[in-house]
Amino acid sequence: MSEDVARSEPSATPESGTASTQATTRQPGAAPGRASGVAGLLRTGMGRNLGLVVALVLLCLVGVITAGDTFATGANVLTILRLAAVIGVVSIGMTFVITGGGIDLSVGAMVALASVWATTLATQQMAADFHWILMVSTALLVGAACGLVNGLLIAYGKVVPFIATLAMLAAARGLAEIISDRKTQIITVNSFGDFFGGSFLGVPVLVWMFVIVAALGWVLLNRTTFGRRTFAVGGNAEAARLAGIKVQRHTVALYVLAGLCCGIAAVMLMARTTTGSSTHGQLYELDAIAAVVIGGTLLSGGRGTIVGTVFGVLIFTTLNNVFTLNNLSISAQSVAKGLIIVIAVLLQQRLAARATTP
Amino acid sequence: MSARPARFLKAAGLVGLTSLALIACTSNTPEAEKSEPATSQAAGGAGGGNDEPGQKVKIGFSAPAADHGWMGAITKATQAEAKKYPDVELVVAEGTNDVNLQISQVETFINQKVDAIVLLPFDGAALTPVATKAMEAGIPVVNVDREFDSTFAARTTILGDNKGMGISAGTYVCQEMKGKKDAVIAEIAGIDSLPLTQARSQGFKEALADCGLKVNNRVAAEFTVESGEKAAANLLQAAPKIDAIWNHDDDQGVGVMAAIKNSGRKEFFVVGGAGSANVMRDIKAGNTLMRATVIYPSTQGADGVRLARLLVQKKALGDLVEVEVPRTVQLYAPVVTKDNVDQYLPTAFES
Repeated sequence: MSEDVARSEPSATPESGTASTQATTRQPGAAPGRASGVAGLLRTGMGRNLGLVVALVLLCLVGVITAGDTFATGANVLTILRLAAVIGVVSIGMTFVITGGGIDLSVGAMVALASVWATTLATQQMAADFHWILMVSTALLVGAACGLVNGLLIAYGKVVPFIATLAMLAAARGLAEIISDRKTQIITVNSFGDFFGGSFLGVPVLVWMFVIVAALGWVLLNRTTFGRRTFAVGGNAEAARLAGIKVQRHTVALYVLAGLCCGIAAVMLMARTTTGSSTHGQLYELDAIAAVVIGGTLLSGGRGTIVGTVFGVLIFTTLNNVFTLNNLSISAQSVAKGLIIVIAVLLQQRLAARATTP
Repeated sequence: MSARPARFLKAAGLVGLTSLALIACTSNTPEAEKSEPATSQAAGGAGGGNDEPGQKVKIGFSAPAADHGWMGAITKATQAEAKKYPDVELVVAEGTNDVNLQISQVETFINQKVDAIVLLPFDGAALTPVATKAMEAGIPVVNVDREFDSTFAARTTILGDNKGMGISAGTYVCQEMKGKKDAVIAEIAGIDSLPLTQARSQGFKEALADCGLKVNNRVAAEFTVESGEKAAANLLQAAPKIDAIWNHDDDQGVGVMAAIKNSGRKEFFVVGGAGSANVMRDIKAGNTLMRATVIYPSTQGADGVRLARLLVQKKALGDLVEVEVPRTVQLYAPVVTKDNVDQYLPTAFES
């Protein structure tokens, strides 16, 4: 869990296999619930995520106190998790991009394009004829392809990430509108909905997908060479290059990963709505960036945390749920969101400063 | 459950824990609401006295983000209507254009075991599965404005009449042209790819054809002030002489009127759409080119709340012989002119 890979110095051989200073074996992503997570975190003395845990626990307390009869029920927890799952998967991809020193503003548009592509252009027909796997793989491919274009533009075209992905935001949503003729595409392949709308061991398939993506993301970022290269590239691209990392190729891979996550999120959204639509994924880029930053990932790159991101997403979705349950004024919800963001980040900085980790 | 002390504790706990003292001052500001008290006319009909307080009804309400006047008016009018009934508790979810979020809001209503749900979906098809889930859980769903794609997803549907808007506008233009056969008619549509825009244009075309006219110039905007200004400016460039313009939407109409003012042209009149209070005041004053507007009621959510209450309390709809609440209620699209504006101004929405 110690995601303290701060600025990697060129001398730290990024090609070596195992991380040296790992003081923990907590599984990430597993049970994004509260109690177990908190205990695990406290044991490892992770200061940086404490603010998040405190915020989430406070929120849950508020929920239990104000709407106890509904909030603390299994059905409600699953509702929160199902909502968190889609934006959560997008945020995992975003964590990689931001940790690597970039930004991706096109995630929402990629979700829309992947969902529309998978439900039109004969892929739905193919899914009906053969298997829904075809629809799913189409969505994943489209997401990854968009990410590839982003990555190539940024790494080899030397376009600033902000601009390149802004262009993709416009182009992908426009293309989604053209392909779908701006009509909502209703999914008629029942087997698709049956699988992704179902549950496994009492937990919705969508939530499993989020857990698996988060777990894989954590392993990739904290336990592999790929992850350490990501920190290196985000911390100091020039130093990383001197240390023998193929920075350009790595950058492309990061954006492909983000696009792939958007493809997965598109499949989840298709399952949840039984539709593909060019209006899917509105403002996901902002939600994802907010969750990632609250989670403790540096916007400037070089430091990133998957667990933090998961907490960030959970805080937002829980907040929304608590407000809905308490029937609070809509405008006040927005104010509260802003306040919670600021409070969470301030808390984080305090605690991080106290937990002196060199 | 929802006795006063409990309420107070709830509020106190929230304010304390999330430092939202702001809410205390903002959420309960009484609104100077425009609609007349219901009691006068609605009571009566089948059993009479439908407005008599009955069993407590908890209604969940969810709608898209209030990103233009009409949508904002829907939510405001819905909340105001619920306040009139002491036996109604309205749970309002945050307006959103994210279908994922709106679905979870409906899921939350189901978890809360509300008695009924009033739902204006951002996308009817996308919200169909979760609405069906609510119906299966025994919670009647009242579908507002944008239709689901399954009859199992709602008990009652209440909607405006888009094609009727076009027909009303076209009929009015025909009347005003008084048989002038070479009249130049222009149309400023809303978002062109939406089925509702297509229906409005179709109705307009049919009504004009009835008196031998056609749409000579047509542009499309996007329901926003900015897009209205842009589209109207283009239209005025393209057509040197116009007799009448129908603009689909009074929100974008603010921009349309601005473009007309900038052009200095005065040879035509304008018919609006949706029926905002601004436009009605202009019609009443009679000092602009805006001569009429066609209503697309922003009271649909409010009516949804009323119908939901009747459904839960098992009451009939007043003034109908039938003892069940109807499956579909489609509202009429009247033309508002200087002669009848006072009748509609109280229920018009502020854009």
